[in-house]
Amino acid sequence: MEALIELLRSLPGASGMSDQTAFIAAAASMATIMFMVMALCAIVFTWMERKVAGFIQNRYGPMRTGRWHGVAQAIADMLKILSKEDIIPAEADKGLFIFGPILVLLGSLLAWAAIPWGPNFIAADFDLGLFYIFAVSSMVILGLLMSGWASNNKWALYGAARGAAQMISYEIPLALATIPVVMYVGSLNTTDIVVAQQGGIWNWFVFRNPFLFIAFFLYFIASIAETNRGPFDMPETESELVAGYHTEYTGMRFAFFFLSEYANLFLVALIASMVFLGGWWAPIPGLPNVPWLTFVIKGILMVFLNMWVRWTLPRVRVDQLMHLCWKVMIPLSLLCVIGSGIWMMLSGQAGV
Amino acid sequence: MMEQKMNKGWASQDHVGEIKSELLELNMGPQHPATHGVLRLLLETDGEIVYKCTPVLGYLHRCAEKIAEGINYKQWVVYSDRFDYLAPMCCNHAYVTAMEKVGQIEVPERAEHIRVVVAELSRIASHLIALATFGLDMGAWTPLLYMFREREVILDLLERISGGRMLYNYMIPGGVRYDIPNDNWEQDVLDFVTMVETKKVPDYNNLLSYNKIFIERLGNVGVLSVEDCFDYGCTGPVLRGSGVKFDCRRDDAYSAYPKFDFEIPVGEGEVGQVGDCWDRYMVRMKEIEQSCRIIRQALEQMPDGPYQTHELKKIIKAPAGAAYSRTESSKGELGHYIIADGGQIAFRHKVRSPSFCNLQVIEKVGVGMMVSDLVAFVGSLDIVLGEIDR
Repeated sequence: MEALIELLRSLPGASGMSDQTAFIAAAASMATIMFMVMALCAIVFTWMERKVAGFIQNRYGPMRTGRWHGVAQAIADMLKILSKEDIIPAEADKGLFIFGPILVLLGSLLAWAAIPWGPNFIAADFDLGLFYIFAVSSMVILGLLMSGWASNNKWALYGAARGAAQMISYEIPLALATIPVVMYVGSLNTTDIVVAQQGGIWNWFVFRNPFLFIAFFLYFIASIAETNRGPFDMPETESELVAGYHTEYTGMRFAFFFLSEYANLFLVALIASMVFLGGWWAPIPGLPNVPWLTFVIKGILMVFLNMWVRWTLPRVRVDQLMHLCWKVMIPLSLLCVIGSGIWMMLSGQAGV
Repeated sequence: MMEQKMNKGWASQDHVGEIKSELLELNMGPQHPATHGVLRLLLETDGEIVYKCTPVLGYLHRCAEKIAEGINYKQWVVYSDRFDYLAPMCCNHAYVTAMEKVGQIEVPERAEHIRVVVAELSRIASHLIALATFGLDMGAWTPLLYMFREREVILDLLERISGGRMLYNYMIPGGVRYDIPNDNWEQDVLDFVTMVETKKVPDYNNLLSYNKIFIERLGNVGVLSVEDCFDYGCTGPVLRGSGVKFDCRRDDAYSAYPKFDFEIPVGEGEVGQVGDCWDRYMVRMKEIEQSCRIIRQALEQMPDGPYQTHELKKIIKAPAGAAYSRTESSKGELGHYIIADGGQIAFRHKVRSPSFCNLQVIEKVGVGMMVSDLVAFVGSLDIVLGEIDR
């Protein structure tokens, strides 16, 4: 942010800009960039998902649109979705119906502010970073519940109820799994977390101690549930609930859910790479490194892992999902917090 | 009118009893991804638990039995294809067996062997779809595409022998329509069978059958006792999944089946109780292997000679009388009861379709299940609506 303000100041004719104006201008441009990134990742990842699914399932996936391996498929899809009729069911609660998808999108968009793309490349560098990310992404649940209720459709209601139960539950192991890292760093600031992992792959938090290694996998599993993707896609479960909470949505409103799903997918992958996989640092210290590119590549690899899981495993049942969360993952992540703390004390890293 | 009926159901809440909350009436189908066709399940649920499950049928009713009273015996073969459109050869076989019984038509041995080969190929194709869509119900997408890939090979093979890819109209009373083609068909079938046995079935088992999530979802779910099976008349893989060793191919042998050596796989409760969804799934998987064995034997012992009886050019007339014959289709016991009055058209034709009987059991077993388990249960019954509604 500061770097951006400096940049704006250095523009011709902008040197006399007041601090306030410069801040607002910088914030606006950063927000625009983040929104663009988010829209772009929806386009890239829908294409990537089809290709990955095709690869796993012994077929091609999109091949026609955009000449080379259907690269323009996502754009064609977006155009199609834009041209669809916008239907609001007659019995639906109109206000909530409209507001639901907006809130879902907003929840996943806000979290992007605290993602550190590079040493000086972050929209909002503040001390509550990680906490803020988890807090605002909970808003997605509200939007989901809202749209499921407002649709006045029983399947949508089922999807929303399942989704709310699932996402609220899985937020606990998701956040708990990152606590050991926060204990090491002594800060919730996202930039600090990445800076603390400087110096090669063995300094990444995933390899710092065995408990963090477990915590990484706990985080990964919880993040799949948090993004509502298979094998934990309870809110949608196309074979049970038709399409879950977005059964009644069409056109751009449906696209909002879609956009938010892929934005969330990338978001949790970026958090994983930020908290556990060394953020913008290259695996070997001396390697020439473009910070944001390294960061994004790590995120895309995590997304690939997520897609791999989705297209391979069957879905769990809703009670098994809850069982896994409350009886397995939460105790395990608490154990990681305690174990990691003891490890720090014994190895003399505590007491910062 | 439908709405009035439903409203009445809402108003009279006698069945709720002590439960304070209202039951939610849920229409699963006729357009629903997990009902395998146009089946409509009327559910009464409390949260995720199903309290009542009523199948509503008739969306695919095509009067096949009535039509049999208007067209002659040979023409009706076309309609038998459309019964279980996933295993049309088995349905062809069932009809011609009954027809030959009532018409007292001799069938050459070669024709019987060809019939067995194509019917077993059809059975493999049908089981592949059953397993694939079952996996899809459980949220596993990838096995679907793998199994459809293998089914495609079967469709190609059957196209080469019959000319059709999905609905073959291949068997006629007194034989089959065409002989085995001269383009190395037999060897191709053997190659395919070997591939399925050695590569594909182990692949499916690794990918899906012994997956931890899959087992957790299906073990001990939808347990069907032997008594229930007998009460509701369940047959086929559903009955065998409950541990009863009954197969019309062996116990009421027809066609060339007595000549072949094969086993009847039954549910063993490997991951839970005997008769759970996983057992029914596994019985189908093992039956694919047994079908492969039968095909290999039938091709190796293939006799020479005519592939249909000579007088088939004429219109068939059946002497007055009645006959019932039952055969093992891919879904279970498929029976045809034909009453002939001496003419070229059946006086009455009744079909006992396995899916219809298998589906009924849902009314009893479905109660108390979770919605997700109900989907698993319907999937494990492997119903085909073309056969249920006829």
